[in-house]
Amino acid sequence: MMRRLLSGNEAIALGAYHAGVTVATAYPGTPSTEILENLARMPDIYVEWSTNEKVALEVAMGASYGGVRALAAMKHVGLNVAADPFFAASVTGIRGGLVVVSCDDPGMHSSQNEQDNRHFALFAKVPMLEPSDSQEAYSLMEWAFRISEEFDTPLLFRSTTRISHCKTVVEVEQNPLVERRPPGFIRDPRKFVMVPSNARPRHPLMEERIRKLSSYVETFPFNQIVLGDRSLGIISAGAAYQYAREVFGHASFLKLVTAYPLPENLIRHFAAQVKRVVVVEELDPFIEDHLRAMGIEVIGKDLVPITGELDPEILQERAIQIGLLPQPQKPSSPPKIGRDLPLRPPLLCPGCPHTAVSFALRTLRFYRIPIQEGVPSQEPASGQQVRHRAIATSDIGCYTLAVYPPLEALDTCACMGASIGQAHGLEKAGIMDKIVSIIGDSTFLHGGITGLIDIVYNRGRGTVIILDNNTTAMTGHQGHPGTGISARGEKVRKVILEDLVRGIGVRDVNVVSAFDLNLIEDTIKRCVETDEPSVIIVRGPCPLQDRERGRPLMVDIEKCNKCLKCLRIGCSAISKVGDEIKVDTFACIGDRCSVCLQVCKEQAITVGE
Amino acid sequence: MILASDALAEIAMKSGYDVKKSDSLGMSQRGGSVVSHLRIGERVFSPLVKKGSADFLLAFERLEGARWADYLSPGGVAIVNDHAMPPPSTIGAKGRSNYPSSEEVHSIICEYTDEVYFVPGTGIAKDLGNPQILNVLLVGFLSLFLDIEEKSYIDDLSHRVPPKFLELNLIAFARGREEAQRIRRAQDR
Repeated sequence: MMRRLLSGNEAIALGAYHAGVTVATAYPGTPSTEILENLARMPDIYVEWSTNEKVALEVAMGASYGGVRALAAMKHVGLNVAADPFFAASVTGIRGGLVVVSCDDPGMHSSQNEQDNRHFALFAKVPMLEPSDSQEAYSLMEWAFRISEEFDTPLLFRSTTRISHCKTVVEVEQNPLVERRPPGFIRDPRKFVMVPSNARPRHPLMEERIRKLSSYVETFPFNQIVLGDRSLGIISAGAAYQYAREVFGHASFLKLVTAYPLPENLIRHFAAQVKRVVVVEELDPFIEDHLRAMGIEVIGKDLVPITGELDPEILQERAIQIGLLPQPQKPSSPPKIGRDLPLRPPLLCPGCPHTAVSFALRTLRFYRIPIQEGVPSQEPASGQQVRHRAIATSDIGCYTLAVYPPLEALDTCACMGASIGQAHGLEKAGIMDKIVSIIGDSTFLHGGITGLIDIVYNRGRGTVIILDNNTTAMTGHQGHPGTGISARGEKVRKVILEDLVRGIGVRDVNVVSAFDLNLIEDTIKRCVETDEPSVIIVRGPCPLQDRERGRPLMVDIEKCNKCLKCLRIGCSAISKVGDEIKVDTFACIGDRCSVCLQVCKEQAITVGE
Repeated sequence: MILASDALAEIAMKSGYDVKKSDSLGMSQRGGSVVSHLRIGERVFSPLVKKGSADFLLAFERLEGARWADYLSPGGVAIVNDHAMPPPSTIGAKGRSNYPSSEEVHSIICEYTDEVYFVPGTGIAKDLGNPQILNVLLVGFLSLFLDIEEKSYIDDLSHRVPPKFLELNLIAFARGREEAQRIRRAQDR
């Protein structure tokens, strides 16, 4: 055995590898991305970035049907996308162990919501394991696959940001004998083909499975009771368990690693030995509600907030507030910082190909669609035509950052691929403004294609802007089907976006450079006036990936009239230093971008040598 | 910064301690604040440092040094790289900057602890030839305050850094450590 410092994701990947996983699939999503990135560095197994999480799970399912151990990893909202095959796998059961890793994001560090995916296990009637540190994340993998195989079920392996991204000490097998199951497909249409006559007898099997698992978890070795002061008995799991140990030091603890089904006898046994039972869990009262249903009196959400990420500070303050911990002699937390410090919100990087198009959407103005006979007027009664910005439905990716000042260019962002359908919906609702949808290349392939088909098939006039920076940037520059680079870095056939959208039936297809502001503006202006659906592919490399620099840009302070328009594009490489506008030549990518130069009306920004 | 905290964590682990480290990753990296919590001890439960309990605050930038000051314990040590990277939000409507001065940052930190060191890290790193070795330089500075022998750092760097950069990194580490000795002596007077 060897001691290594591993993040939860590294531990999950290594644990799965040592447990003999043969096929691993995923779509990038913080905080899960590193699981597949790590597996992609390991030999003799098949790994892929799938087009989206639904496909990822279907591929893993197929591999499992083929007799081998398979894993699909995703963030919490990824399981929403993969929900259809997830529920289906619960009905059919599996062959080789099938583990679905869900990395939740309490506190929404990098997500559009903070849903509690533990409910999925209950909903789909599958077992769930929840590690409380990297050691457990590593060691539980073999158990996860074994439970999956023994009970003929997919298994939900649940992590959160603090587990996935925190590095803790792990005892790792140094040269383990990795045994992989041999592939083989045994025909069994009654198991695999879910027409109603085959599906019906499988439902009682699922119920029987949960009953058997409920007994099994009673003696699962990772559930642990630590007896201390009996006046307080804390039941906890995951990262919250570590915070509880930190804050309630001398209390008694029951750590639950089997997060579903819950070991009811073990819980009763623990509750009987302590005076008060407290549940420390982030987000929903999943454990708490179960305990109440068992008839156990428990403090849960009265102590721990239902919203946001938990941390030891919040736990300690709340515990003092409700009397579970004594008031300290001196205040336990230091005074807040006296001054308001400037915020450092995330921004588009200098030279980002999303800057010019976001600025264009921010500044372009249009008349609403002309009034038709019989339709109530949308214009002010004075008869003076007012010009409006286009409504910009947007999507998930780096370009979402254009919602922040100074760009403030976006109007919606909900879930992967939603921008296109939402724009169509706004139009069909009768909104008379110009509407454009903005979506990244990876996001478009993930969930936008079906939306675009919908617009063509259902006669929308949508203008869809696809931001093609040839990568999945926000999550760390992973490849996707449009980049032609696989998860292992091999060159593969790639999807040509312009051909794809033409194949869908869009006739007005445009490809423009992401750094040509005038061309972008002219193209948008033309496309939104047509009744035909149109696609504008705005193409340009991500400066974090393509690090080439152009000739440097400089500000001529004689010509500069301090209108500050160049600062409104939101680029951090150009700023006001003292009284002057200056370009930070270390950060600026030079004339490969030059968007600031293009917005300057005084031509005060020039290209140097 | 992540490399620096990775290195410190592994060095501590190899010296026999239990270690937990929490990094903020993902969207916070797009020009946002990047923070790493590192806890070292006999047995560590939470990977997060509580406000008012940090023994050390290692800030790679002036504003961030102020922002996280309330994590310092009263006896804690603040080491701040005296380099400014003002976020665009510091440009107000009239273009006036509200980015704090070194004096302001110093006074903010002094509300939490007396032991504050400002290091001209970025300048030294640029002089040594590569601004990116700032991280190893600051680790060198911090190393003077920790009870771990110098050899452990050098061993770790030898494994962590690509061979062609090793010499520069070792120089940066030594320079950081020297700087700590120098500044400490000056402040003791």
